[in-house]
Amino acid sequence: MEHRTIASAADELPETRKTPSRFRNPIGKYMILRNDRCTGCGLCATLCPYGVHPRYPAYSRALRPRSHRCIGLKCRQNDYYCIQRCPEHALTLKKNPILETLGDFRWPAEMLIAHWEMAETGNPPVVELEYRLGASGGGFDKIRFRHPDPSQSLDLPDDAMDTGIRLNKREDGRLDKRLSIPCYGGGMSYGSTALSVMVGRARAAKRLNTLTCTGEGGYPAELIPYADHVITQVATGLFGVREETILFAPVVEFKYAQGAKPGLGGHLLGDKVTPEVAAMRETVVGNALFSPFPFHSVYSVEDHKKHVDWVKEINPDALVSVKVSTPTDVDMVAVGSYYAGAHIIHLDGSYGGTGAAPDIAKKNIAMPIEYAIPKVHRFMTEEGVRDKICLIASGGIRNAVDAAKAIALGADGVVIGTAELVALECVRCGNCESGRGCARGIATTDRKLGCMISEAWAEQRIVNMYTAWRKEWCAILRQYGLSSIRELVGRTDLLVHLDYLDDAERATYPPAPEPGVII
Amino acid sequence: MPKKYHITAKTAPPRFPAVGKYTTVEFREDCAGSCRECVKKKCVYGVFKETHEHALKMIEPEYLYVCQSCFRCVQECTKGIFSRGINPAYRNLGNDYWRRDILHRLWYQAHFGKIPVSGAGYRGPFTGKGFDAMWTDMSEIVRPTRDGIHGREYINTSIELTRRPRFLTFTPEGGLEGAFPSILEIPIPILFQWPKDLVKNTSLIASAVRAAAELETFLLLDPDDFTRALSPFIENIAFRIRPEDFPGILPLVQKCAMVEVSYGPDAVRLAAHIRKLNPGLAVAVGLPLTPDAPDTAVRLAGANVDALHFYASENGEETQTASPRFLKDCIQSVHLALVDRSLRQNVNLLFSGGIAMAEHMAKAVICGADGVVADTALAVALDCRLCFRCREGRACPMKLDEDVPLEWGKQRMVNLMGAWHGQLLEVMGAMGIRETRRLRGEMGRSMQFNELEEEIFAPIFGKRRVTEYA
Repeated sequence: MEHRTIASAADELPETRKTPSRFRNPIGKYMILRNDRCTGCGLCATLCPYGVHPRYPAYSRALRPRSHRCIGLKCRQNDYYCIQRCPEHALTLKKNPILETLGDFRWPAEMLIAHWEMAETGNPPVVELEYRLGASGGGFDKIRFRHPDPSQSLDLPDDAMDTGIRLNKREDGRLDKRLSIPCYGGGMSYGSTALSVMVGRARAAKRLNTLTCTGEGGYPAELIPYADHVITQVATGLFGVREETILFAPVVEFKYAQGAKPGLGGHLLGDKVTPEVAAMRETVVGNALFSPFPFHSVYSVEDHKKHVDWVKEINPDALVSVKVSTPTDVDMVAVGSYYAGAHIIHLDGSYGGTGAAPDIAKKNIAMPIEYAIPKVHRFMTEEGVRDKICLIASGGIRNAVDAAKAIALGADGVVIGTAELVALECVRCGNCESGRGCARGIATTDRKLGCMISEAWAEQRIVNMYTAWRKEWCAILRQYGLSSIRELVGRTDLLVHLDYLDDAERATYPPAPEPGVII
Repeated sequence: MPKKYHITAKTAPPRFPAVGKYTTVEFREDCAGSCRECVKKKCVYGVFKETHEHALKMIEPEYLYVCQSCFRCVQECTKGIFSRGINPAYRNLGNDYWRRDILHRLWYQAHFGKIPVSGAGYRGPFTGKGFDAMWTDMSEIVRPTRDGIHGREYINTSIELTRRPRFLTFTPEGGLEGAFPSILEIPIPILFQWPKDLVKNTSLIASAVRAAAELETFLLLDPDDFTRALSPFIENIAFRIRPEDFPGILPLVQKCAMVEVSYGPDAVRLAAHIRKLNPGLAVAVGLPLTPDAPDTAVRLAGANVDALHFYASENGEETQTASPRFLKDCIQSVHLALVDRSLRQNVNLLFSGGIAMAEHMAKAVICGADGVVADTALAVALDCRLCFRCREGRACPMKLDEDVPLEWGKQRMVNLMGAWHGQLLEVMGAMGIRETRRLRGEMGRSMQFNELEEEIFAPIFGKRRVTEYA
């Protein structure tokens, strides 16, 4: 069978390692409080299998509970439920009130916390968290996988499942690039994110046998050891694009537009243009950088083809990806790109993105990816070229189930940006762009803040998260009797939309979550 | 190349501490500030710098207006006793339409004059009522003549308030017959009016008219609110004239560039009368946005008036009906009624009520308006919290019932409009449209929620059973 050739056998799966939070007080869904009545008897420490109550052999006083590990109220049925068993009734359990201030409609607090846990452990969370659905009240949050037929279910272990995808379907003699997971990392430039984050993502991509992308900020020398797993992005500002960076790349990505700010180009504020960033981009320190919109050398499909040919000529092996946003005529754009010779059409939907963008653009310009995928998939199928192109979706794909839904709607794979940053403990405060950049050391080139993350930590957190995601994908595939994620492409028959069901059927699916956060 | 229209923003901080979104929570009060490693001293944004008293002793919870929500203080506190909550005052802010996050963003824009920018993607609901159920288009490859915001050609946001002649007539000698009618143009598609039923005094009106003058637009004003102090700005005032204002108002009207006649049985006659007195004047008719607005618009488009100004409710809904539609649908129906009868070129359409964000302005124009009139947003720019205590005759917590500094008031409104103008440029730049006048009625360059669902999801999922936003 063809797909077996791509299957990632157990020995290829990267090793997961416990990689705890960088911070002293991780945020969890629940809070365990210990009051003065505690005598330090240590019973709770012996009871809790999740390690909520730490205790050292030579130290008898009770330590502050590690609340984020607590599985919460569902523990009540267990005989080790510490609240009940504490002889002094010194422990209380409650939902963490800070959840009201964390997250948003699209990434609710529980989804963030769950991703932190997945990045820490490499497993789906043990705490009861709603991490598959957001509270946006539409799109992926109202689309569900149909109830499976139990008789179809496959009895295959995760190692025997195939989650790999092929990027080159043109069979034009160029690189036959195969990835072990149906997603790769989105472009985040040198300058917008810390160098350790970039390198950590590249190292993770290598271990996961997938790709990451330079973004539009040049190709730091630190990435060269991972060059087989790094996409070179050519965007409108052409920052850092040189012949050798095209030659390094297995895939060259033309960024026409990005979902965060469709039609607006890029912008790096002056504060983030440090001497290193300026040297990489060949610009002036402290001066804000604009990537214009659009490519001023491309005003037609013919001009676009000229661009594609140019890259193909320089690097005879590389695949060409075309990243576009989602206007009303996105289907036409996609077909045009195919005929211009692209291997990958990358649709970037309007609700996603990691980069700083005007709020008005993020909310209003271009259509959400949930509409763009089926629109393009259908049109390319009707044109008879769908089998010759790899359709990649991104922009608002937050978790493993969103990725699976995107694939079932018609994409071959997805590109992930935000979730990777969340794995590195992004809280989505959105303050990536101003002043010194991200206060949590992710999206910053500041001397001090940019050193908060080590490459090894970033690498392992991302590997852990994708390993947890893979388990999720395998579970979905198995229940429909599919052994490869490529069999899921375009299987819209496996999806339902809550608003399109009658009341009785709708009641059998979990309802769209109510937003708990105060915006 | 002519000079670009530019709105100069100057930082104008709020006069009183603004309502912060967050409040600090400390579980053990006696600790506060005693720790050498106290996270409050280390805040990246210096949130606690000005409230050092709080770092020393716990007086009362702090309400954090400038907090950027990075959670480092919560996560790094050595004792783990520091947390955050939502400020109760923030929780009670605004209402269903003028939501607290909208008020917060308006204050930010009035303070700094900047476009709200953030990272990490969109964070709101998928869709919503009214304007939230539509998206605007973008163009991957913009043609040279339709270049974007960083392009070689700039974007023109001006609109006309007078009608253009549909054709010119010439004398047998080849000269122009009659005088070429003057064209009244404003550089942004926004006019001002002070919201009715909200706190009002001469200083607020004076601030608004100064802002209108700086932006080269108009303030719609009831003659009763006119004072001698406003005389220097009379060119930026458009009086809203009722029949009972005649003929006392006429000397003032002579100096104006625009007037608005309140709709009534005599409106057309009054408009004609005023035009006779001052032929260069732009004459608008102001009328409530009711279900029969399209019919009225068609009728008035045949009369000799330049613009129609429809007043929606403060939440952007139709008035005088039990099941009001939202502004978006109303604008479309008025616009299309005129288009169907080939009357659209006869008259300009303005809409007011419920214009709360820059995107509403852009979307109103896409739906078919020529321009919008900002009202409640102006009060919010001056720190109004929309608590509506003024409607009960109680004092304003932000002291807007007393005199406000005119320069401050003007600058706050100018800042807000500067930010809105910047956002309009972003939207138009993305679409590759160079003129606001060409954006008018470009429904083809927008995407409607119900149309996308029908076109894309219906073939997959069948018939839609929920019609919440359709």
